Amino acid sequence: MTLPTHTEDDPTRSGRAGGAPEDGAGRPASRPARRRPDLLGRRSRAPWWFLLPGLALYAFVVLVPSVRGGVLAFTDWNGISETYDWIGFDNFVKLWNTEIARDALVRTVIIAVAVTIIQNAIGLLLALGVNSHIKSRNVLRVLLFAPAVLTPVVVAYLWRNLLAPTGAVNSFLDAVGLDGLQREWLGDSRYAMWSIVMIVVWQFAGYSMVIFLAGLQSIPQEIYEAAELDGASRFRRFTSIELPLLAPATTINLMLSIIGGIKLFDQVYATTGGGPANSTQTLSTLIYRYAFNSGQFAFAIALAVVLTLLVAVFAAAQYNLLRRAERKAS
Amino acid sequence: MNRRYTGRTFATEVGMVVVALVIAFPLYILVNLAFRDRSSQQSLLTPTSDPTWANFSTAWNDADLGKALLTSTFVTVVSVVIIVAVSALAAYVLARVTKRWSRLMFALFMVGLLLPFQLALLPLYSTIRDLGLIGSVWSLILFYSGLQVPFATFLYTGFLRALPLDYEEAAMLDGCSPLRAFTRVVFPLLRPITGTVIILNAVFVWNDFLTPLLYLSGSTTATMPLAISTFVAQYSSNYNVVFAGLLIGIIPVLVVYFAMQRSIIKGFSGGLKA
Repeated sequence: MTLPTHTEDDPTRSGRAGGAPEDGAGRPASRPARRRPDLLGRRSRAPWWFLLPGLALYAFVVLVPSVRGGVLAFTDWNGISETYDWIGFDNFVKLWNTEIARDALVRTVIIAVAVTIIQNAIGLLLALGVNSHIKSRNVLRVLLFAPAVLTPVVVAYLWRNLLAPTGAVNSFLDAVGLDGLQREWLGDSRYAMWSIVMIVVWQFAGYSMVIFLAGLQSIPQEIYEAAELDGASRFRRFTSIELPLLAPATTINLMLSIIGGIKLFDQVYATTGGGPANSTQTLSTLIYRYAFNSGQFAFAIALAVVLTLLVAVFAAAQYNLLRRAERKAS
Repeated sequence: MNRRYTGRTFATEVGMVVVALVIAFPLYILVNLAFRDRSSQQSLLTPTSDPTWANFSTAWNDADLGKALLTSTFVTVVSVVIIVAVSALAAYVLARVTKRWSRLMFALFMVGLLLPFQLALLPLYSTIRDLGLIGSVWSLILFYSGLQVPFATFLYTGFLRALPLDYEEAAMLDGCSPLRAFTRVVFPLLRPITGTVIILNAVFVWNDFLTPLLYLSGSTTATMPLAISTFVAQYSSNYNVVFAGLLIGIIPVLVVYFAMQRSIIKGFSGGLKA
């Protein structure tokens, strides 16, 4: 699970109520993050070798293999043999010339963007709902977030059954007289991808909700009171107060969902396996398939490199865009 | 702000309850059908008239879920303990040491937040294979421990920077060694953020599917998601048994979630804002 980096010196975030961690004595450490050494010039003697265990694990598992991946993407290694040859950009050219892979690349972007927009729109509405004075708000918060902790692959198997031709969703549509909407949700290449998008949104809308909710609850009551005195309508309150002040929560939410969308694997593997007719293949499912079903290890790694670049490009673009929006709002 | 219960509040309440029911619908079907005999002619939507536990025993025995449960618990607990220990230690250095190398190290750790694990997964697979660890839970523990260090370190560092030096300084003046000052003074002070780190990582490790699919394939060892996946493939035509298996698969997480929902929901938002 990766998170966007919000540096602690971000002026829009420091000292915000509810966000300040508490120290062990239970009083809020609301002072701005102290520069090290602290104001009195004191130093803590944290020995450098404390860093070693974490650094060693991180290097062995993430850094070294990632660099190796960056190198192996330019070879024809099959994953097993001792030797391999340099083939330059051939894997990337092949990726672009292989229809399945190119389609998967485009589809991965579409899925990530669609999931991001739908999940956050619903998450925001839910957050506004459970942040209001409705009586059931506490129960609803717990309930709506619950799907987000469930094992994604298990959730996907559940939905595969619900969306089957004679499954519960079609039965429900029939029962309420909407039988015209019945579909082969996962078996028809026109709907399969969107069904998967819907499954992801179903599971993680509550996740977006919780983060938006944290943002909403950090808005000081006085601002609402002032707006009310000024006679601001509900809609105006939303556009002029809540939306701008939610910018940090929005940044985190958009980052998490777009990165999650780009990496999507479990939901596709468990529902359609990439079918029908490859209409739901994503970069991740193809990486798995090329590496373990057809022995094209280096080609699979090249796909992983492309996936990494996608994540980097989206994260950087989004980060810059939203930081600008946050600064404007503050 | 207006605290009266107005007509608009009521409309919001009704709308939200309807949305919650729609979101809960799949879970209702899951429970409903897991208790239903296969031969039942009832509609999928109506509550099962004579519930049975038979599907659960079939799922439990045939999928070897007891063993998977133990495996998943072991992998999750050991991984999370390692993640917490090494990340808190590392963050202590990154937050407290002012030298240039420390800032460079922090930047290096943060690179790990953006690298998708798909990139490291395949090259590491060959290394793990050469070490003879494919099929062993230790390959998973090693993977999760290294993978999650940047994220946990990021959370700990942010928290530590806002934590005053006074306590650890007093401890060292009293003659504590650095390690002792850390374990006795600093680490206990980190408790709120440690809770968040444990929850976020435990959910991730427990739910992960792709890594066990690669690293445990061909062995008899399986984590919960992997065991469920194999089982579903076997029983795909008998969805009452499949649903019982799926329900067993999510019950552990649901139980933990409902027992700890307060701190989990707070932890998610708190951790994200640290």
